[in-house]
Amino acid sequence: MKAGVIVFPGSNCDRDVAVVLEAVSGQAPAMVWHGDNKLPDLDLIVLPGGFSYGDYLRCGAMSAKSPIMHEVVKRANEGVAVLGICNGFQVLTESGLLPGALMRNRDLDFICRDVFLRVEDCASRFTLNYEDEQTIRIPIAHHDGNYFADAETLSRIEGEGQVMFRYCDADGQATPEANPNGSLNNIAGIVNENGNVLGMMPHPERMTEAALGGCDGRPLFESLLETLS
Amino acid sequence: MSNYHPETSAEIVAEHGLSPDEYEKAFEIMGRAPNLLELGIFSVMWSEHCSYKSSKLWLKTLPTEGPQVIQGPGENAGVVDIGDGQAVIFKIESHNHPSFIEPYQGAATGVGGILRDVFTMGARPVANLNALRFGAPDHPRTKHLVKGVVAGIGGYGNCVGVPTVGGEINFHPAYNGNCLVNAMTVGLADTDKIFYSAASDIGVPVVYVGSKTGRDGIHGATMASTEFDEDSEEKRPTVQVGDPFTEKLLIEACLELMATDAILAIQDMGAAGLTSSSFEMASKGGTGVVLELDKVPMREDGMTPYELMLSESQERMLMTLKPGREAEAQAIFEKWGLDFAVVGTITDTGRMQLKWQGESVGDLPIDPLALASPEYDRPHAPTPEQAAIDVPESRDLLADLLTLVGSADLCSRRWVWEQYDHMVMGDTIQRPGGDAAVVRVHGSNKGLAMSVDCSPRYCLADPKAGGAQAVAEGFRNLSAVGAKPLAVTNNLNFGNPEKPLIMGQLVGAIEGMGEACKALDMPVVSGNVSLYNETEGQAILPTPVIGSVGLLADIDRMATVALKRDGDTLVLIGGPSGHLGQSIYARECHGIEAGPAPAIDLAAETKVGNFVRGLIEEGLLDTCHDISDGGLMVAMAEMALAGDKGVAVVSAETATGFWYGEDQARYLVALPDAAPLQERAKQAGLGIHIVGKVEGRDISLPSGQKVALSELRLQHESNFPT
Repeated sequence: MKAGVIVFPGSNCDRDVAVVLEAVSGQAPAMVWHGDNKLPDLDLIVLPGGFSYGDYLRCGAMSAKSPIMHEVVKRANEGVAVLGICNGFQVLTESGLLPGALMRNRDLDFICRDVFLRVEDCASRFTLNYEDEQTIRIPIAHHDGNYFADAETLSRIEGEGQVMFRYCDADGQATPEANPNGSLNNIAGIVNENGNVLGMMPHPERMTEAALGGCDGRPLFESLLETLS
Repeated sequence: MSNYHPETSAEIVAEHGLSPDEYEKAFEIMGRAPNLLELGIFSVMWSEHCSYKSSKLWLKTLPTEGPQVIQGPGENAGVVDIGDGQAVIFKIESHNHPSFIEPYQGAATGVGGILRDVFTMGARPVANLNALRFGAPDHPRTKHLVKGVVAGIGGYGNCVGVPTVGGEINFHPAYNGNCLVNAMTVGLADTDKIFYSAASDIGVPVVYVGSKTGRDGIHGATMASTEFDEDSEEKRPTVQVGDPFTEKLLIEACLELMATDAILAIQDMGAAGLTSSSFEMASKGGTGVVLELDKVPMREDGMTPYELMLSESQERMLMTLKPGREAEAQAIFEKWGLDFAVVGTITDTGRMQLKWQGESVGDLPIDPLALASPEYDRPHAPTPEQAAIDVPESRDLLADLLTLVGSADLCSRRWVWEQYDHMVMGDTIQRPGGDAAVVRVHGSNKGLAMSVDCSPRYCLADPKAGGAQAVAEGFRNLSAVGAKPLAVTNNLNFGNPEKPLIMGQLVGAIEGMGEACKALDMPVVSGNVSLYNETEGQAILPTPVIGSVGLLADIDRMATVALKRDGDTLVLIGGPSGHLGQSIYARECHGIEAGPAPAIDLAAETKVGNFVRGLIEEGLLDTCHDISDGGLMVAMAEMALAGDKGVAVVSAETATGFWYGEDQARYLVALPDAAPLQERAKQAGLGIHIVGKVEGRDISLPSGQKVALSELRLQHESNFPT
């Protein structure tokens, strides 16, 4: 699996995800500078977490216009796998690769804590190594993760099975109490219509070894390795 | 008799915070009347904040050396060897005055400033901590300050991508008019890649990088050196505005340039901005400097040399480069979208020569100003000894436990640390909520343990014991996770040192701190002093905060506070017990804030701490909590809540002092079999006491009384004053 991590000014989970990609695949990913116009040949493009452009204007809005994103959009449309985590998810919605928007958290505070997620589709290239409706524990760390889409879009992505992860309680129930940020339908992560672009607010790269508190994020990277190698 | 330059007057001198004697001295050093620009420079250089004029004499008595110390106080941060060619670099710094005036920006720029102190030395910051003090929970200003400060710390740290992993918070009416915001950064560097600030090479370019200079923060250092009054709100323009995004870029650009060998010396622009940084670099290098102020990148038109020298705009650095390396350095900073300008040259004149479009606008001697700043032996009076007190016995131990775990000082800080990204960088091994945070040394199996500690109520009752206790508690917190304590940084927060009783608190605290640092082998490698924390004559509690750092050889041999297995035995190690003076129990359950502070026995601290750490290192112990605020019963409840497991108490002790006394040098541990521990403790000559067994969903007493974990949790989690 040839992976590349896009580094925007203000990205701060670029190293974290690179460490995990290397640990899982045995191969260090290419670190691609946002100002570059060309992407190397890649099987997986990762848009990492962080505060690209300081979240100025609107989270992800400026990064969506950076030179490399033209290439990322092109590759995504050609079917290359793209994973956007946290700020990366925001960049994906801002660049139009994913529907909807991430608004300020319901309670207006930044939230960093472990949450439970229900894996809604374990047949995708991102989730092959999870079980159907498996409940996993992964941290979130964001100020703007409140997923919103208009009613028509929401019903379309629900109808097409594009919701990949939903916030839930320890028993897998997507209750209002288990929703940390006010996201519609407890949505934590979605894919595009073709299923090759995933955006998610939780950080799977932070939960890949026991020493860090758990390994529930690891199957996501292993699934990609399995499908893309 | 000195006179005034046409640009100044007695009033202007007074507005700059210089006493008539200090002006006299400035005149003498200059050999003439300083102009307005020069006066401004004297004012900030000799402010308490920059000169340490009241504390210097006493700071010199602190132990600062040891085989582990690579760099002690005097640089941007302290440097300590952690083996394998690596060093941990850390410092704590206050941003009290600005945070009270403008909590979000005050706290945010406090974090930004301490981060710069650490990465200036070549370290990648790996963790932030903070020690906060606010007024009474029901004071009308407290919630606004808590919200603003916490959001500011999070807003800055989260954006730069450095995890905020630990801290402490107290509430007390003595902080109603002055909150305390002490921020600590811990970084990692290779020992052969550490950068210092002495600009000793003559003729090399002086380079300015980072943000442009604006008009913010002018006279911030002077503001931080006076008491507050009812007009303090008007000082808001002296608070700087932070931009963590630029800081993140500055970290990456500096570390990228530091990977080359182009930098000769580097210094961040913190308090007193360009003035302090340039003076420090030239003074330490024994050189002089010419600055062409019109070359400084400016945020707005019409800025004067005075404003440029005194601005405290954030996210700026000054460095000297090897001649001919400017283009290479410039390319790196431009890649990261940052300003880069050659603004001067290092000379051999020993003078600071300031130019504006080629013309001289100021000319001052460096060493007399930087080194001969005033040093006062201020009168100091000891705090009277506190008489022993009778604290009423508890009528219901578990009802009092509920009161205590829900009190402002002991309730859960989850609301705070969930607003801090404490996991970014992927090496947080112990998250907030335990005794010490543990951050893995990236790419290894070693861990850095860190903690910030102070018990101001002890310091008020007995400054010396309180100063020693802060160090001892740091030592315990590190030992309780299994880390070997290495060194400390200190942040001395006090009231007005011109009052003998306050000065006596400072002197006493430093004395106690020094003795403890010596006995526990934790030298002071960096620090900061914040005085004049008073409003309308009301001083804060003396608050000498200790930030301590230790090393875990193997993170797989580590303890946490959470109970882990049903059936484990809970054992108290160390003793005696029973001291209720100044305890949280006396305060929260009986409204008594009196009595002597608990005694500090440094030999016992060493012995018990080494014993406990030894057990963890050997893999015999994975559950441990140091006993501090609230005593044994609170420690037990915290362990139960963290592990979500109940405890059946078997100890027959019923004395309130046993359960709620705050005697020092004690730990509560849990392990499957207590027998080997009993044997080892006997050999070591240590007292131990079997407290209870891990089981069920309650904390139950032999009397049959019990309280459910769920009830404890509700109390613990719902009472943080926000």
